[in-house]
Amino acid sequence: MSDVVIKPRLPAAVRIVVAVALAVLFLYVIPFAIPNYLVSQFATVLAFAIAIIGINLVTGFGGAITLGHAAFVALGSYTTAILVVRYGWSPYATIPVAAMLSWAAGWCLGFPALRLQGLYLALGTLVLSITVPPVLKRFDGFTGGVQGLNLGNPEAPAFLPLDDSQWIYFVCLAAAAVLYVAARRILSGPLRTALAAARDNQLVAAVMGVDRATLTTATFAMSSLYAGVAGSLYAMIVGFVSPDTFNVMMSLSLFVGAVVGGVTSIAGAIVGAMFIQFVPIWASDIDVSLGGLVFGCALIVTLIVIPAGIGGLGERLFNRLCARLGWVEGADAGHPASEAVREVRNEPA
Amino acid sequence: MTLFVSQIVDGLADGAIYASLALALVFSYRSTGIVNFAQGEMAMLSAYLVWQLMAWGMPLVPAALVSVVISFVAGALLYAAIVKPLSHASLLTVVSVLIGLYLALNSLAGFVWTYTIKAVPSLFPKAHIQLGAFSVSAETVGIIAVVGFVLLLLYLLFETTKIGLAMRGAASTPDSAVLVGVSAPVMLLIGWGIAAALGALSGILVAPRVFLNPTMMFGVIIYAFAAATLGGFDSVVGAVVGGLLVGVVENLVGTYIPWIGPDLKIIVALVLIFGTLLIKPDGLFGRKKVVRL
Repeated sequence: MSDVVIKPRLPAAVRIVVAVALAVLFLYVIPFAIPNYLVSQFATVLAFAIAIIGINLVTGFGGAITLGHAAFVALGSYTTAILVVRYGWSPYATIPVAAMLSWAAGWCLGFPALRLQGLYLALGTLVLSITVPPVLKRFDGFTGGVQGLNLGNPEAPAFLPLDDSQWIYFVCLAAAAVLYVAARRILSGPLRTALAAARDNQLVAAVMGVDRATLTTATFAMSSLYAGVAGSLYAMIVGFVSPDTFNVMMSLSLFVGAVVGGVTSIAGAIVGAMFIQFVPIWASDIDVSLGGLVFGCALIVTLIVIPAGIGGLGERLFNRLCARLGWVEGADAGHPASEAVREVRNEPA
Repeated sequence: MTLFVSQIVDGLADGAIYASLALALVFSYRSTGIVNFAQGEMAMLSAYLVWQLMAWGMPLVPAALVSVVISFVAGALLYAAIVKPLSHASLLTVVSVLIGLYLALNSLAGFVWTYTIKAVPSLFPKAHIQLGAFSVSAETVGIIAVVGFVLLLLYLLFETTKIGLAMRGAASTPDSAVLVGVSAPVMLLIGWGIAAALGALSGILVAPRVFLNPTMMFGVIIYAFAAATLGGFDSVVGAVVGGLLVGVVENLVGTYIPWIGPDLKIIVALVLIFGTLLIKPDGLFGRKKVVRL
């Protein structure tokens, strides 16, 4: 794989500048400096980004194509909505419940999904996603049916000088940050190598002692957990859930976001999420149907022009820039290349 | 009893429509190993084409025939322009491009013809045919007859003509077919053309029942997926039997299991797909995949 040959390592000063710039962007510019209606849209972007990281895990790193992630987003959303509306829970307390339920559902579905290789998994998950709205409508006594459930937006705590949309933005930001770091940690250890091996050559992976079945199921369950948390947050942002929100279009949008952002780029998830959040809004100003047309064309063009997606392209340019500047791991030892090679060989299988 | 029989007959008519779309999926899968996720949307565009031709003053039957022919050409063009260049691409690329096509075609229909529903007249008269104790609508009989006739044509094409033999050869053993002088790309081109024409047939038959709108094929393609999976994605007989079975089961379940009812019938497709893939992944009639390690 070309993605880990030379690990960039920024000098401390540059790291601090980048961290400060990111902090200013996410903690000041987005919540306080842009028009207020955009703040809750950025909260949605963060929720979508969480779901897209889930797709990255299973599709990009696990190599299993899923077209039905809106089903797990729906599970998360409805868990939150039902617990808040029918049982009077605090919305924040429902996030872990949504996460656990989606994880369990992902584990149960991931098990048969294992047997569905390649195209069949794509097909099965697509059909799953088409089935979700009718099922939600059928059990209307519990889910509120076509009318949906109105859980309201959580209010900002009185001691903070924030309005409701800024507050939910910060809630989403906290969740996204935790899950982003978790995904990076999962994917920086031996698991990444094992996943890549199982994805690229199952036979070799099996010989090396990688249990593909358990690994893929666990990845699928983890990715469902991400989608469930995204759904829970989404329900809080919108303050309302209804079956037709979680239709096949949402599944396909998330897939488009994952591909456009780059399926193997965790950081690209935010780019993909912005794409699927803002493009339909801008496009529908011009024509109602333009959004789908742009999505479809973007999907095809991305794969032809930059198969690694925007995030993947960004990472590659970043790595090249770091290499040019000499900011690579072990550069101070004087042998950057040999260090990098040793780095790769030392990775446990 | 009358209800039961009429449900079965209605199921067969629905099943015939699913079978033609499932056959379209099978044809493109057999020739290129790709499940065409955009098949339903292509069928939807074919149905819109009929409406457009009629709006320009063409009578229904010629409009339907012209639409089928244009769909054949469009399917062949799609293969040449998009599918053939992808023959060595990764699965993710292929799936993404087809999903992209699905989204783009769906929006294209909305863009050109707007999202308001349109009525398309049925190919068949509104009469009922009395058969002893119960009556069936002429449409039901007509749909079964038309699909049966098309299947007969396909059978004759594949079993009795030279081009049919060449197509079977190109699909089953492409390398050997090339050696005996069959142009594999041309055969695959024709395969995708036939798939699009069959899809057009299903679109034209279903349009009068559900009204014309960009999402009209959602409810059909899902059963066609189920039919093709049940029958085996590489089996022509399987697609037909699978289509009819799915149609009948869907109707009976919708009528006789009140817990499911007409709203939740769609779950039949989900259960059939997952059930087949878990118990017999190659389907009822599919060839077992053997992989050499």
